[in-house]
Amino acid sequence: MAHTSVQSVDEISLEKIPSRKSKSLWDQAMENIFRDKMAMTSLIIVGIYALISILSALGVIAADWAVEVGPSYAPPSGEFLFGTDIFGRSVFTKMIKGTEVAMSVGLVAACISVVIGVTLGSIAGYFGGKVDEFIVWFYTCFQSIPTIMLLVALSFVMGRGLVSMYVALGLTSWVNLCRLIRGEVMRHKDREYVQAATALGGGHARKLIKHIFPNVSHLVIISFSLMFQTAIKTEVILSYLGLGVQGRPSWGTMIDDAKLELARGVWWQLGAATLAMMIVVLSINLLGDALRDALDPKLKGK
Amino acid sequence: MNLWQYTLRRLLYIIPTILGVAGIIFVIFNLVAPDPALIMLGKHASVAQIAELRSELGLDKPYWAQYLDIVKSAFTFDFGRSWTTKQEILSMIKRGAIPSLTLSVPAFFLSTVISISISLFVSFYRGKWLDKSAVFICVLLMSVTSLAYILFGQWLFAYKLGWFEISGYESGFPDFVPYIILPVIIWIVLSIGPDVRFYRTVMLDEIYQDYVRTAKAKGLSEKTILFKHVLKNAMIPIVTFVVIQIPFLILGALLLENFFSIPGLGGITLNGIYNSDFPVIKAMTILTAMAYIIFSVITDVIYTLVDPRVRLK
Repeated sequence: MAHTSVQSVDEISLEKIPSRKSKSLWDQAMENIFRDKMAMTSLIIVGIYALISILSALGVIAADWAVEVGPSYAPPSGEFLFGTDIFGRSVFTKMIKGTEVAMSVGLVAACISVVIGVTLGSIAGYFGGKVDEFIVWFYTCFQSIPTIMLLVALSFVMGRGLVSMYVALGLTSWVNLCRLIRGEVMRHKDREYVQAATALGGGHARKLIKHIFPNVSHLVIISFSLMFQTAIKTEVILSYLGLGVQGRPSWGTMIDDAKLELARGVWWQLGAATLAMMIVVLSINLLGDALRDALDPKLKGK
Repeated sequence: MNLWQYTLRRLLYIIPTILGVAGIIFVIFNLVAPDPALIMLGKHASVAQIAELRSELGLDKPYWAQYLDIVKSAFTFDFGRSWTTKQEILSMIKRGAIPSLTLSVPAFFLSTVISISISLFVSFYRGKWLDKSAVFICVLLMSVTSLAYILFGQWLFAYKLGWFEISGYESGFPDFVPYIILPVIIWIVLSIGPDVRFYRTVMLDEIYQDYVRTAKAKGLSEKTILFKHVLKNAMIPIVTFVVIQIPFLILGALLLENFFSIPGLGGITLNGIYNSDFPVIKAMTILTAMAYIIFSVITDVIYTLVDPRVRLK
C-alpha cells in the first residue's frame, strides 16, 4: 500500500513542476539535426530514395522496366522523361529500378562492415595485449592490399551478382571503423564509470556492451553514412568492370552502357544514372556531416 | 627509444605483415577461388588434360608450397607467366610502369599542389560564405561518380570539341604529352574534392591551437600566421597523407588508363580482371601491397623525425 502512495505523490509532483532533466547528448544532437534545414532536407531525400527502393523491391513501381515503350534511343521529351535506351525501354523506369540495387548495396554492405569493425575494434581495444596485437596485425595486412584488388578478387571468388557484391563491399570497408573503435574503447576502458561497473560486479560483456559502447556509438553512425555512400559509388565501378549485378538495371550498368552510347550523342542514360546517384550521395554526405557536427562537437565546422 | 631502434623495430614488423598479406592472397586465390584449370579448359576437358594443366600452373603442389611461392614472389618479383599472353609478368610490369608513371606522377603532383593552395586560401576565409561554398562544392564534386567525369570529359573535350587526343599513347618525351593532358586534368578534378576537404580540416585543426592565438596576440598578420606557422605545423599530416598515397600510384589510374588506352599497369591489371588471369591479378596485388608496406614504414619514420612526441610513446 505504501508503495502505491509513493507513486501517486510522484505523479502529482511531476505534474506541477516542469521536468528539468538535463538533455542527453543524443537528445541534443537530434534537436540540432531537426533544426538544421540542410540536414532535414537530406534526411527527407534519403527517406524518399529508401521508399522508392522498397516499393520497387515489392514490385509496386518500376516492375515493367524491361517493357519496350518506344523507339530505340528516343531523346528526353514529355513522353519519355529521360528518353529510352537501345531496346526502347524507359530510362526513367530503369533509373528507379536501379535505386533498389544502390540502396540495398549501401545498406547491406555498411551493415556487414559495421558488424566486423565494431566487434574486432572493441575486442582489440578492450582486452589489449596479445588479442589486440593479433587484430592490429590482421587489419594491417588487410589494409596493405588495395581495396580495388581485394574487391575484384572477392567478386571473382564468389561469382557475379548482388550477394557477392554485398559481401565484397562489406569485407573491404571495415578497417577504418575498426581502428577508430579500438582507439576510443582503449580511452574509455579505464575511466571511472567502467571502474564503477567493475566494482558492482559487471562482467566483460556487460561493461563493453552496456557501458562503453554507448559512448563510442556516435562513431558507428558517422562511419555508417560514409560506408553507405562509398558502397553506392563502388557499385558503379564494379558494374563497369563487369563484376556487378546481372540481368537487372543498376546505375553502374546504365553508366557502362553509356560508354558506347555517347559517341552517338546519347547522353541521357549517363545523365539519369549520374543525377540519381549524385542526389542521394550528396544527401548522405551532408547528413553525415550534420550528424558528425551534432554528435562530435569537437569537430564542428571542419 | 631512439630513432634507430624505432626504425629497426618498424622494419622487423614488416615480416609478419608480408606473411599475412601472402596468407590473404593465398586464401582468396588458391583456396576458395574456383579451379582455374576448369575455367581455362571449359566443361568438356578430359581428366588427363586438367591434370596436365594443373601441374603446369603449379596447382598440384601441396598447399604449403603454394603459399611459400607467394611469399617468395614478394621478394624476388618472380610472378611467373600470364595465362593469357604467356609473357613473363615481371617484364610486362616493367614495360607498363613508364606509361603509368608519366600519367600519375604529374597528375598527383599537380593535384596535391592545387588542393593544398585552395585549402590554404579557403581556411583564410574560414566560416565565411566563401569557405562554406567551397566545402559544399567539394562534397558536390565527390558525389558524382568518377566514371561520369571520365566519360563526359572524354566525350566533350576530345570527341566533340577535339581539343585533345581521344585515346592512345606514344612513348618518349615529348611525344606522350598530348595524350596525357586530358587524363591529367580529369585526375585533378577527381581528386580535388576529397583532397581540399582533407587539407582544409588539417589547416583548421592547427588554426585553433594555442600557438596561433599567441601569434595573433603578439600582433602578427593573418598571412604570416597562416604561411609561417600553420602551414609548417600542418605539414606533418600533409606529408603523411601524401606519402601514403604514393604506393597506389603504381596501379596508375585504373579507369583513366583504360578509357584513354594508355598501356600502363592499370591497363594490365584491368585486362587481367577481364580475362580471369589470376597470376597477373596476384602479381599486381602483391606489388601494390609491398609498396604500401614499405611506404607506411617510411611515413612512420618521417613522422617520428618531425614530431618527437610520437617516439616517446
